[in-house]
Amino acid sequence: MTRFTLPRIATFLVAAGVVAAATPAVIDFASVKAAAPAAAEATDQALMRRLTPQQYQRIVSDVFGVDMEIQGRFEPVPRVSGLLEVGTGKVGLTASGFQQYYTIAQGIAAKALDEQHRDFLVPCKPANAQAADAACAQQFLTKVGELLYRRPLAADEMKTQVDLASKGANDLKNFYTGLALSLESMMVQPQFIYRQETVVPSKSKPGQFELDAYSKATRLSFFFWDTSPDRILMDAAKDGSLDTPAGMKKQIERLAASPRLEDGMRSFFVDMLQFDQLDLVGKDATLYPNFTRNAVDDAREQTLRTITDHLINQNGDYRGLFTTRKTFLTPMLGSLYRVSVRSDVPNGYPQEWTAYQYPEGDPRAGILTHVSFVSLHSHPGRTSPTIRGKAMREVMLCQKVPDPPGNVNFTVVQDTTNPLYKTARERLNAHATEAMCTGCHKITDPIGLALENFDSDGAYRTSENGAPIDTNGTIDGKPFNNALTLGQVVSQLPAATSCLVNRLSAYGLGRDVPRSQGDWLKTIQASFATNGYRVTDLMKTLAASPEFYQSAAPK
Amino acid sequence: MSTLNRRTVLRGMLGGTAIGVGLPMLDCFLDVNGEAMADGAPLPKTFVSWFQGLGYAPGFWEPKKVGTDFEFGVQLQALNPLKKKINIVSGLKVFLDAHPAGAHSAGPQGCLQGGVSTPNLPSIDQIVADAIGTRTRYRSIEVSCDGSQTSNSSRSATARNPGQPSPTALYADIFGTGFQDPNSATFTPDPVVMARKSVLSAVSDKREKLVAMVGASDRARLDEYFTSLRAMENKLQVQLEKPSPMEACAVPKNFKKFEVQPGMLIDEAREANRLFAQLLAHAMSCGQTNVASLNFGGSLSNLRRAGSQQTFHMYTHEEMVDPVLGYQKEVSWFSNQVTESVLEFAQIFDSIKEGKGTLLDRSIVMYSTDSGYARSHSVENMPMYTFGSGGGAFKTGVHVSAPGDGVTRVGLTVMQALGVPIGSWGIESNTTSKTVTEFLA
Repeated sequence: MTRFTLPRIATFLVAAGVVAAATPAVIDFASVKAAAPAAAEATDQALMRRLTPQQYQRIVSDVFGVDMEIQGRFEPVPRVSGLLEVGTGKVGLTASGFQQYYTIAQGIAAKALDEQHRDFLVPCKPANAQAADAACAQQFLTKVGELLYRRPLAADEMKTQVDLASKGANDLKNFYTGLALSLESMMVQPQFIYRQETVVPSKSKPGQFELDAYSKATRLSFFFWDTSPDRILMDAAKDGSLDTPAGMKKQIERLAASPRLEDGMRSFFVDMLQFDQLDLVGKDATLYPNFTRNAVDDAREQTLRTITDHLINQNGDYRGLFTTRKTFLTPMLGSLYRVSVRSDVPNGYPQEWTAYQYPEGDPRAGILTHVSFVSLHSHPGRTSPTIRGKAMREVMLCQKVPDPPGNVNFTVVQDTTNPLYKTARERLNAHATEAMCTGCHKITDPIGLALENFDSDGAYRTSENGAPIDTNGTIDGKPFNNALTLGQVVSQLPAATSCLVNRLSAYGLGRDVPRSQGDWLKTIQASFATNGYRVTDLMKTLAASPEFYQSAAPK
Repeated sequence: MSTLNRRTVLRGMLGGTAIGVGLPMLDCFLDVNGEAMADGAPLPKTFVSWFQGLGYAPGFWEPKKVGTDFEFGVQLQALNPLKKKINIVSGLKVFLDAHPAGAHSAGPQGCLQGGVSTPNLPSIDQIVADAIGTRTRYRSIEVSCDGSQTSNSSRSATARNPGQPSPTALYADIFGTGFQDPNSATFTPDPVVMARKSVLSAVSDKREKLVAMVGASDRARLDEYFTSLRAMENKLQVQLEKPSPMEACAVPKNFKKFEVQPGMLIDEAREANRLFAQLLAHAMSCGQTNVASLNFGGSLSNLRRAGSQQTFHMYTHEEMVDPVLGYQKEVSWFSNQVTESVLEFAQIFDSIKEGKGTLLDRSIVMYSTDSGYARSHSVENMPMYTFGSGGGAFKTGVHVSAPGDGVTRVGLTVMQALGVPIGSWGIESNTTSKTVTEFLA
């Protein structure tokens, strides 16, 4: 089982009374300042992006079969500009990170060429299994090399790999061991673990540059499916059709119509919603006994199912994610939501997901009220309106909440056991006079307080310490009185939809959109509105734009 | 309780292949006292950077007297058992200059990277590893006790060494396949390792061509990739050479399987700290690495007790100062747990006997933190202390008071003691060339 965690770039706000640690889990302090040098002005320079663990797993399954399980952990990627995918374009590789890749590659190569797999993965048999067979090795390496490097191997690259296989086979007296050595070396080379883009002079715009056809294919494939290009897409790159508008359109339509679009959509939303962080969420077992590890996994899956069903199966309006009553539950989630979920499966079968609709009058609707969102943005032992409000601003609306100053002087420090202040709102209000803090807390807390009906584990509650919870507030001047109306108000904020466009474009490009392409982004925003905020259409519009493949001149 | 011993790991990893287990060490490989390698070189110096945020309460940890005749403040009383092997400095600060001080980030950057900077600068453990970590199987090892991969070890702006959160995985990594008992009478280079070494050399040879294929901004990242590749080549090379005998080397016996669960329970962090201490001590006594970095519970630490709504960090800001004690009581409970943990770490190093001394004697274990007073995010009067004498480079049992000086003085002194050729360290106002001379032997 792959376990991938990463430090989250996070800041925190301090309120006397309620201190908001940025995540319920772990903060990597130095990432706060500097995990990646994001300060430089964005450019449209093509770049190398390191494969994410999920991409690595998908590629390995695509190339070698679904039974290839990755054993080990990958070095974390920092989240930059709200996205890991942007971080992949900034991050290097440490010695221990290299070792992790190497160990994982060794395991995959050994398994791919073991006696159970070699017969269907290697398209030929060596003349002598105890010695080198360059021709047979080349057949295999050509077949998998193109899929791993996302382009055909150059002649000298192929020669190196075949030579390595031959030398290994002769030294170790085993053709397959030699081939495995060559394969594991391919899987640890930068051409594989980094998505490298090649830039060529633009055919349609003289004097400008764009990605070559294979790099275009790669960008497309990862954008829609979050994996390497398949053979059809590689062929379209090879025969030149991908460089024509019609050929490009055909491939975009094919990718968008495929069931694998769901993989791509899930990866994007895991990244945007920072759901990778759910791996690190743990709640106090005494206070929240239902919040088990399996429940967390189900909570993440619930939201992802809700999103993909709404956006792909229903082709729904993106804004509806903030208000939809439709979702999917398992019996385990039912115990957290306190609703009865029947899963009629035979004894011993895994639990099934059941479509569920919150009834009219239910306090929940929209993904903000899901266990995933509210538990992720809470402490292990209690809620935090500040963390939740900050997440709303930064994750859903792409707004930056300022960092707190250093050397804060807490002239008023509130004891949370003070019987006068039973609810989070009362504790926060008691310190509304702290000018240094209230500036930022006004930005975050009202939104977070609207979600106070959901405890740290996501369970519904109407009171805290015996006092009723007040969920009234305003956001950008617009009033709400609970999580339902908050969802309605947020769904109508221009920032909600522009944020998605910003994130999705940066996700596709692997970097922030440079100022010089600001007009392009505005056009995309407008077409998103015209298309009724359909996310698949937005992806197709982005992918069909020449700007999506434009690059600065190679340096 | 489920246990995992080396034999099991080896069997599992190699699927039944016969394994040669090290034979008893032959006397002819050792010098008379066991304090040096057979070739007369002293045992290598080793270094551990031990980090936990949120510090102590100012006024309650510092010794009152300077020199050797001092008593720890009330919050450091737990250190007494190793007092004679500890050096401590009070009064040091991190200069923020014009930087917007990221709460909880400026402190560790000052202590470990020499100043407040975006992007990250190389951290002290990595500078030390460049000097004393190049001949070992692991250049450095990073571990994290809170279940995350958080680490304070940065190689460069774009390369942060992830912390290994699993003691079980670290055990398998160090003492499983690839481990060679330095005291084994026999040595046979593994042909597969030889083959891999030559494969990686072939990849390494293509460096120039590959670097030329990418844009300017990616060249530095690709250079970093090749540096890491070389480190791997080096590691394989070390495995191909007969290791020098090391008297105290022993594989941990009946090593306990343990994984920290998400949720930041301090008891789990403490258990991980003990297990990592054992693994690192054994790894160092077997010559596998000379440098390590440990994150206990992070800078902005969410460590907590089972059943509690509050975390360590929340208490620092929310708890009232006890009018009688003069400090925050719950915070003090947590910081005492931290002190006991760093002490346990050092005691485990001290329990490895090497000749007349111990592993701790040839090491420096450096405690650092993020703040001088977590309650207000102050980076004044940062507590810093070290264990061990770095192979005789330090006198120990000394308290130095240096109010207003930069924390970088400690880092510089430690680096020099470990043999790093460095005359000054730090950036901007944190730059210093002033060592803590009172520590130097």
